[in-house]
Amino acid sequence: MKKRVRRRMTRKERGENIIGYLFIMPQLIGFVAFVVFPLFFSLYLCFAQWNMIDMPEFVGTVNFEAIFRDRVFWKAVGNTFIYIAIVVPLTLFSSLTLAILTNRKLPFMSFYRAAFFLPMVTSSVAIAMVWMFIYQPESGVLNSILAVFGIKNLPNWLQDDKLARFSVSIVSVWLKVGYYYIIFDAGLKNIPQELYEAADIDGASPLRKVIRITIPMLSSVMFFVTVMLFIDVFGMFNEVFIMTGGGPDYSTYTLSMYIYFYAFRQFDMGRAAVASWVLFALVGIVTLIQFKVKKRLVIE
Amino acid sequence: MKRLKLKRMTKRQIVSVILITIVVMIAAIFCLFPFYWMILNSLKDPDLINQGDTSLFTFHLTWDSYKAVFSYKNGLLWRAYLNSLIIAVTSTIGTLFTSSLAAFAFAKIRFKGSKPIYGLFIATLMIPGQVTMLPLFMIFAKLHWTNTFLPLIIPGVMINTYGVFMLRSFIVTIPDGLLEAADVDGCSWFRKYFRIVLPLIKPALITLGLFSFIGSWNSYMTHLIYLSDESLTTIPLLIAGLKEQAMTGVVWGRMMAATTLSVVPIALIYLSCKKYFVQGIATTGMK
Repeated sequence: MKKRVRRRMTRKERGENIIGYLFIMPQLIGFVAFVVFPLFFSLYLCFAQWNMIDMPEFVGTVNFEAIFRDRVFWKAVGNTFIYIAIVVPLTLFSSLTLAILTNRKLPFMSFYRAAFFLPMVTSSVAIAMVWMFIYQPESGVLNSILAVFGIKNLPNWLQDDKLARFSVSIVSVWLKVGYYYIIFDAGLKNIPQELYEAADIDGASPLRKVIRITIPMLSSVMFFVTVMLFIDVFGMFNEVFIMTGGGPDYSTYTLSMYIYFYAFRQFDMGRAAVASWVLFALVGIVTLIQFKVKKRLVIE
Repeated sequence: MKRLKLKRMTKRQIVSVILITIVVMIAAIFCLFPFYWMILNSLKDPDLINQGDTSLFTFHLTWDSYKAVFSYKNGLLWRAYLNSLIIAVTSTIGTLFTSSLAAFAFAKIRFKGSKPIYGLFIATLMIPGQVTMLPLFMIFAKLHWTNTFLPLIIPGVMINTYGVFMLRSFIVTIPDGLLEAADVDGCSWFRKYFRIVLPLIKPALITLGLFSFIGSWNSYMTHLIYLSDESLTTIPLLIAGLKEQAMTGVVWGRMMAATTLSVVPIALIYLSCKKYFVQGIATTGMK
């Protein structure tokens, strides 16, 4: 009797095994063909010379030596960190501030929310064009507004090698704020209202409530947002590629542009592969730090 | 209720609401201004723009720039619209189908290796696209798929770890009892998937569909890599192409008309489905 029950189970189990694999089959094939295989092949490419026409040829660490001697590569890495230093805190601050400010009844609420969200759904290529137009030195609206306020020596937003990074970063922040606003907004709604009521009884000021209640309660969300932002910035491409093409003098160049340039303009796949693994390593390090530090810092 | 609240507001609260409104309003204007500027200049007289006119408002509007965009290279814009639409629609439908199938299997079907395979899927979520981009190009070049839409559709349809992850988190919340009841009726797994699971996760499907549609519509780098044929051009490529020309002659009016035409469909879709959007993003933050 016991045997029969077990046999019935195994038959059912076998059926589920087959069905399960059938259901995941398309994604499993895709996973092997478009993730696992490319991952290993690109690792191999790091140690190979390949122009996409002949067969890849193993060359050892030549690509690494070439890339680490390359001034432009280090410039791109340096720019990435400058972008991070500007974009991450600015996005974090503005999306959190807006989320806190709108976490109450306000007139025209749906208008604000629609306004905050609109930038993130629009094509970054299209919007980069609009910003380029706004940033134009002579015919741009930004400089003409500044001129009204009597500012002389109007800046050349995208052609000045000190300023261009900043101008590009602003566009990047503008594109991202809405997304992180939504995440913070959802986080705020999860904070128990009693905490604020208790603070009200103690007569806490609004700023004190933010520092003592809101920010600690949001620490887990803030952590997530920071990591996402880092990863976002590491992969920056569209807005920079359109607005400055990496110039002037590589001051806005990013790692993604370096990869694109060496792979599809120079046809030096080996070098591009090394650069892509540097990018991967940066993402990996940030994710790892997140896991390590999160346990200590975050209040769940 | 609302009136009660108003009554209870002290003077200080009213002042703070006004201050907050001002700050938030400025932020909203900052977010919207580029769109306003884009639309205004798409309708401005192109000659005025060339003369460096930056007045913030004008009644002197013309359709000239739009006419120029529609007649650009014998109506290439329509071709680009159609191509962008074909790519976005096929990849969205495809990815919804395959990732919901896999998500259902990972959530509800007990098969050997389900956990480790799912773990592997999730482990690769963090891999930046730039790493797999080069070998993918090699694969598609070998298949002679360059200058077709296939490289822009197939990878997204065949593997969408984020989609599987997201849909699975919805499917696990479906009570097993519902599926077991179907078992009694002798319902096949595919019928359960189609008749029970899909209708229940409709909101999640809409959210994922929106994300992949908009992602596809706005993506640029892959289009740049794979499509060089003019008849295969897409909206982002067309706009970037217009810019190349603008560098010599600077036709900002025409450019703004083209960008308006590319932004408007997405903005309309977004405004009509705002709810699903916000829900989708909000849940990723909770994980």
